[in-house]
Amino acid sequence: MDFIAQHAVLVVSLAKIAVLLFVVMTALAYVTWFERKVVAHIQSRWGPYYVGAHGLLQPLADGLKFLFKEDVTPPAADRLMYVLAPFLALSLALTTLALIPFGPPSVQLFGQPVFIVANSSIGLLFLFAITSIGVYGVALAGWSSNSKYPLLGGLRSSAQMISYEVSLTLSVVGVLLLAGSFSFNGIIEHQYGSIRHWHVWPQIIGFLCYITAAIAETNRVPFDLPEAETELVAGFHTEYSSFKFAMFFMAEYANMITVSCLATILFFGGWLSPFPDSWKWQLYLPGAGLVLLGLYCAYDTAVHMRGIARIQFAVVTLLCFAGGLICLAPSVMQVIQGPFWFVTKVIGFLFVYVWIRGTLPRFRYDQLMSFGWKLLLPVSLVNLVATALVILLRHG
Amino acid sequence: MSIPFILFFICAAAAVLGAVLLIVAREPIHSALALILVMMSLAVLYLLLGAEFIAAVQVIVYAGAVMVLFVFVIMLLNAGVEVRTNYSKIAKYVGVPLGFFLLLEVAYWMWGSAVGTTVANGAGAVNADAVSTVDLSNLLFRDYLFPFEATSILVLIAIVGALVLAKKGE
Repeated sequence: MDFIAQHAVLVVSLAKIAVLLFVVMTALAYVTWFERKVVAHIQSRWGPYYVGAHGLLQPLADGLKFLFKEDVTPPAADRLMYVLAPFLALSLALTTLALIPFGPPSVQLFGQPVFIVANSSIGLLFLFAITSIGVYGVALAGWSSNSKYPLLGGLRSSAQMISYEVSLTLSVVGVLLLAGSFSFNGIIEHQYGSIRHWHVWPQIIGFLCYITAAIAETNRVPFDLPEAETELVAGFHTEYSSFKFAMFFMAEYANMITVSCLATILFFGGWLSPFPDSWKWQLYLPGAGLVLLGLYCAYDTAVHMRGIARIQFAVVTLLCFAGGLICLAPSVMQVIQGPFWFVTKVIGFLFVYVWIRGTLPRFRYDQLMSFGWKLLLPVSLVNLVATALVILLRHG
Repeated sequence: MSIPFILFFICAAAAVLGAVLLIVAREPIHSALALILVMMSLAVLYLLLGAEFIAAVQVIVYAGAVMVLFVFVIMLLNAGVEVRTNYSKIAKYVGVPLGFFLLLEVAYWMWGSAVGTTVANGAGAVNADAVSTVDLSNLLFRDYLFPFEATSILVLIAIVGALVLAKKGE
């Protein structure tokens, strides 16, 4: 115990990193499942259905498949860079999550906040620093494959990411001016109160710019030019196979999660509840939600599931009920509020991502560039100047 | 041996290694990557000295923006492997010893100086609120507003100049 007391920061941080990695890796796997399911329903299909009940074991099967595929390296590739690129992409994408507060800093263990790994006073800047070097993963993958489609994909993606990073950063400065802080917890606490105090209302233009630029930064539809399969086969990761490909895949989803977390923190009050503090019944929401989910699962198990899927889904049902009951316990109830709202909002943003993917066609490359430079950038600049002016007039 | 102390040596070694690789590498992209390594290690060193803001800006501006453009241009031009000329004799027999002498000189002055002592004791490390971002912006936008604006106008002139030069061919 002495050791833990002396090195509380180190020990607690390592524990937090381990838990966060486990949770995020699982979440990554299930975001792919979520995406496939939602897109399938948008297109009137069922999506993954046969591996596990409702395809719930599909991510596991996909992961195993990636592990056992042959790992091909093109003979003309620059070997070191070719191997380095996917590692760079994934590790940078995961690093950003260390800066995200998933719950209030008041919940502590050994004097360390539990829900954030690195509580920096300039968290937002660090996050932008890490995402700004994220482009190397894609650019190097394109270059090192020594093949024409990856090179074109890598070039496109570097150009696109540089162009949209400007608007992305500028669209966020308005929030910084409002909150007067670079720290995520500072920004969230500035939105304290209820849904009326969230930054999304005064910064609605900033938010729209942010979400557009963010989709472009993460190379997702309708801005997925770097991997436009009709023109470039698979863009920068054409030559990658096996687990290296899986790493790019995971990096893309990790980036989606980071961007959603950032939108939640900056514009939607982070771990704050949308209701005022005086509404006490909201404390029961996480538990009640899980119990309701459990009830639905129980109905599904009893009516629709057959054979082994029935057993699997019965387990899911039991987990939902158990989780719901734990969340209703008085001591857990308070702690779970922050993460509950945070995760709910992030899932909402992920849904929007998938929704957009299911509905919009891809931009043409020149449209993408002129949209970024001629519309998005001026609008976010005007938003910034207007915000600064209003703050100046109000506070002198 | 505190953790910041160990980190300092790792990053210092990485910075020097990157600088050497930058010169030695024959593939332009490898050189560019080595330069990124130097900049990232420098950012960590700033961080260890408690300059969080400078560290973040170093990564955003240099590693994230300037070097991305470098890599982009190298990829776009598809620059090939460097061709080596015969080394200059003067550089070899005079330059190398002189460089070594300069290093010794710097080391000598650092030995006794306040900065050197602080870094060696690891005391300068992890002093997060040594210079807060608010202090820094107060300095930049109040006390040193004129030099700051003058510099930005200088940069603007440079951009306009570059555009004019680039347009000349048409």
